[in-house]
Amino acid sequence: MDWISPRALNRLGMLNMNRRNVDYIARYNERSSYPLVDNKLKTKLVVAEYEVKTPRLLQVVRQQHEISHFREMAEDLQGFAIKPAKGSGGKGITVITGRDGEEYVKASGARVNTAYLELHLSNILAGLYSLAGTPDVAIVESLVESAPSLARYSFQGVPDIRIIVFRGYPVMAMLRLATTASDGKANLHQGAVGVGLDIGSGRSLNAVQFNRPITLHPDTGLALGSIVIDAWPQMLEMAARCYEATGLGYMGVDLVIDHREGPLLLELNARPGLAIQMANGRGLLPRLHTIEKLKRPHFTPTERAHYAMTTFASV
Amino acid sequence: MTGRSRLPFYVAVFLLITAGISLAVWRHIELGIPWLTGEQRPVWMVEARVDFDAGNGPVLASLNIPQQPPGFSILSEQAASPGYGFSIIDSSGSRRAEWSKREASGPQTLYFKAQFVPDPTAQPAIPGRKPGTRRVFWEEPEATAVREILAQARARSSTPESMTRELIRLMQPDTRTQNTTLLIAEENYLDLLVGMLNHAGIAARTADGLQLEDARRRQQLMPFLQIFNGREWLTFNPKTAEQGVPENLLLWRQGSSSLLDVIGGDNSEVSFSMLRQTVPALQLANMQSASSGLGFLSFYELPIEEQSMFRMLLLLPLGALMVAFMRIVIGIRTSGTFMPVLIAVAFVQTTLVPGLIAFLSVVAIGLLMRGYLSSLNLLLVSRISALIILVIFITAGLSIIGYQMGFNTGMTVTFFPMVIIAWTIERMSILWEEEGAREVVVQGTGSLFVAICAYLLMSAPLAGHLTFNFPELHLVILGLILLMGQYTGYKLSELKRFTPMKVYD
Repeated sequence: MDWISPRALNRLGMLNMNRRNVDYIARYNERSSYPLVDNKLKTKLVVAEYEVKTPRLLQVVRQQHEISHFREMAEDLQGFAIKPAKGSGGKGITVITGRDGEEYVKASGARVNTAYLELHLSNILAGLYSLAGTPDVAIVESLVESAPSLARYSFQGVPDIRIIVFRGYPVMAMLRLATTASDGKANLHQGAVGVGLDIGSGRSLNAVQFNRPITLHPDTGLALGSIVIDAWPQMLEMAARCYEATGLGYMGVDLVIDHREGPLLLELNARPGLAIQMANGRGLLPRLHTIEKLKRPHFTPTERAHYAMTTFASV
Repeated sequence: MTGRSRLPFYVAVFLLITAGISLAVWRHIELGIPWLTGEQRPVWMVEARVDFDAGNGPVLASLNIPQQPPGFSILSEQAASPGYGFSIIDSSGSRRAEWSKREASGPQTLYFKAQFVPDPTAQPAIPGRKPGTRRVFWEEPEATAVREILAQARARSSTPESMTRELIRLMQPDTRTQNTTLLIAEENYLDLLVGMLNHAGIAARTADGLQLEDARRRQQLMPFLQIFNGREWLTFNPKTAEQGVPENLLLWRQGSSSLLDVIGGDNSEVSFSMLRQTVPALQLANMQSASSGLGFLSFYELPIEEQSMFRMLLLLPLGALMVAFMRIVIGIRTSGTFMPVLIAVAFVQTTLVPGLIAFLSVVAIGLLMRGYLSSLNLLLVSRISALIILVIFITAGLSIIGYQMGFNTGMTVTFFPMVIIAWTIERMSILWEEEGAREVVVQGTGSLFVAICAYLLMSAPLAGHLTFNFPELHLVILGLILLMGQYTGYKLSELKRFTPMKVYD
C-alpha cells in the first residue's frame, strides 16, 4: 500500500472532498440555484440569455404518450443524443451517431432498434437516472461533432473540457478523453483520460487515467503532451459567463468544441469532482485562496477570464 | 476565511456534549444506574419470625420494624401470615407491623420479610424536637453510688459522647469499684446505663441490632446504647464503648419502647434469619428510582412493548454515527446514505451470520430475477413493484426452506425491510449495467462493511445498556456527528487516492 502524507497534500494545496463540501459548495452555492444546474433543460434556457451556446434542442419528451412522436421526429436524423434532464455524471445519456437501415448505431458501434430507445425514454421519464429518483424529462439534442483536431485523441466519444469556475473566475481546466475502458464516456472514474490544461494558454500539462499519470492515449496511442485547445480565451470567457447566468460560486463547466458551431456548453455541475487536480498535477486551494483574497473582484466575464489567464498561467 | 464565525457552533457542540455527559453522571450518582451491564449489588434479605401461642380469642401482634437504619436503605417489605390481617403502622418515631385475627388458637407463626441495601449515605432523620431526659429516682445507697460514678465520669470528659464512653468504661468488670458493684446486676446493666445517663442530663435509649451474616438462622438481636448529643442519635456498644454502627450491623429497633407486643397470646418470641443476595445493580436502581420521584425520567415507566421499540430506536444514532465516521473520516463508499444503518438494524434482529447469509442470498436471487424483468421492457415503477413482490416471495421461500431444514434463522429474513431490498436490487443492477460489476462490488462491499461495523457497535451489550438507560448520551452522539460535519481534513481514502500527487510534491 502506498500512501501520501496529509502534510504533503497540504503543501500541494490539494482540495479534498470534505473541504470542498463545507468550505466551497455549501458556502458559495445557493441551494436555490441547484435546480438550474441539475436540470439540463433549465440550464440550456437560462445560459442562452447570456450568449452561451448549447447543442441544438430537437425535442423534449415530457409525457409517456409523447414517446410516439419521437419516432417521427427521429425519422430523418442521422445523429442525436438523448439525455435525462436531471441526470448526473453522464448517467442515462445515449448517443446515436448514425443509422443502419431501421436500426440506430450507438457511439460504441452497437446497433439498437427503436423499441430500445423508447424504453430508454420511458425509463428517463420515470426518473431512473434523476438525482432523487423523481420523475424526469428527456431531451433530445443535435449531435455534437467534435473538431477533428481534438476528436482524434478521443476513442469514440466526444472529448469535452471541464473548467472549474470559482466566483466567476476560471481557475482550473482539463480535457477529458474517452477510452475503451470508459465505454465512450468522458467520466474519469470510469476510465476516461484526464488531461490537465494550462489556464494561461490552453496547452496540455500532463495526463492521468485511473489516477495514474500516463503520456500516451491507451487506445489511440497519440502523445498527450502537446495538445493545444483553439479559441481558448473564448472558452474561458464562456465559462466565466455561466457565473452570471446561475449565480453559483463554485461549479464545473463542461464545454465541447463543435467543428461547425465552435465551443458549446454541455452541462454545468454544482459539485465538480476533485480529479481535475490530479490531471493538472497541482492543487486547487492556492488558486481558490487567491480569488477569495481579491479585494475588488472584476465585473465582466472578459476581465475575469483575462485575470485568470495571467494569474494562473503555468509558464 | 470569510463567512460566519463558527464560534457559536463550537460552543453549542461543547454545550451539547457537556450537557449529555453531566446529565448521565448526575443520573448515575442520583439514581444509582450503573455504567456497566453486569454490575451486581449485595442485598440482605432479613426475615423476622414471630412465634406465640394464641389463646382462643382475638389476637393482635405488633412488631417493631426498622424505620431508617443507618447504613442501609429498605428496598422492599412484605409479610406472610395466613389468615391474618396485616398492615404497617407509622406512628411518630416508630414503625410497627401489625397482624390481627378474630379467632386464633394454638401455636402461631408470623413472618415479616424485608430487603436491605447497604447504602453508606443513608442516615436516620434528625429529630425535629430535642428528646427529653427522664428523671430516675434512686434509693440510698444506690443514689450515692450513682452520683459518685457520674461525678467521676464527668470529671474525665467534656462532651456527651466522651461522658458516655467514660461511664461505660467505669462500669466494666475490670475497672469496677465498690460503688459500681453495688449497682450492677448482669441483667439490668443496660437499663442502669440508660438511667444513669438520663440522670446526668443526657437523653439515652436502647436499640437492638442484628448482626448480618449470610445464611444465619435464629439470630438474636444485640442490645446497643444510643445517646442524643444535641444534634443526632449516636450509637455505642454498651460493652466496649465503641462508638458508631459496626459494619453489617442492622439496627432493627431504635427509639421504640418494645420490640414485640402480643395481645391475646403468650410465650411470644422473635427470631431472625437472613440471606445475602446479589441483585443486578440496574434492577436495584429501577426499584429504588420508582419510588424516589426521579423515576419518571426513565424509559422503564413505559409499557414493555414501547420499551422494546425504544431499545431499537435508541440504537439508531450509534449506527448513524458509525456511517458518518466511515463516510466522512474514512471515506468508504456505500450505496445509499443510510442503507447500511437499515441493514445493520436488520442484522441486530437476525444476528450477524444468518442475517448476512439471508441478505446476500435475497439480493443475489433478486438480481437474477431483475435480469429477467429488464428483458420484459417494463416501466420503472411497475418493475420495482414487481420486484418487491418477488422479494417477499424469495424471503417467504427462504423461510420455509430454512424451517424445513431445521434452521430457525430462515424466519429472521422477514426483518429486512422489503422496499429497501427491492430498491437495493434495482440500484445494484443499474449500477451493474452502467458502471460495471466492479462498482457494484465496491459499493456493495462498502455498504456491507459499514453495516457490519454499525451492527457490531449496536449489538454490543454495553451500547444497548448505555443508550437505553442514559438516553441523554445521545446529545453527545449528536455533538460528535455535528463536529464531524465540520471536518474539512483529508479522508483516509483520499490519502490513497491522491498518492500519485507525490510526483509533483
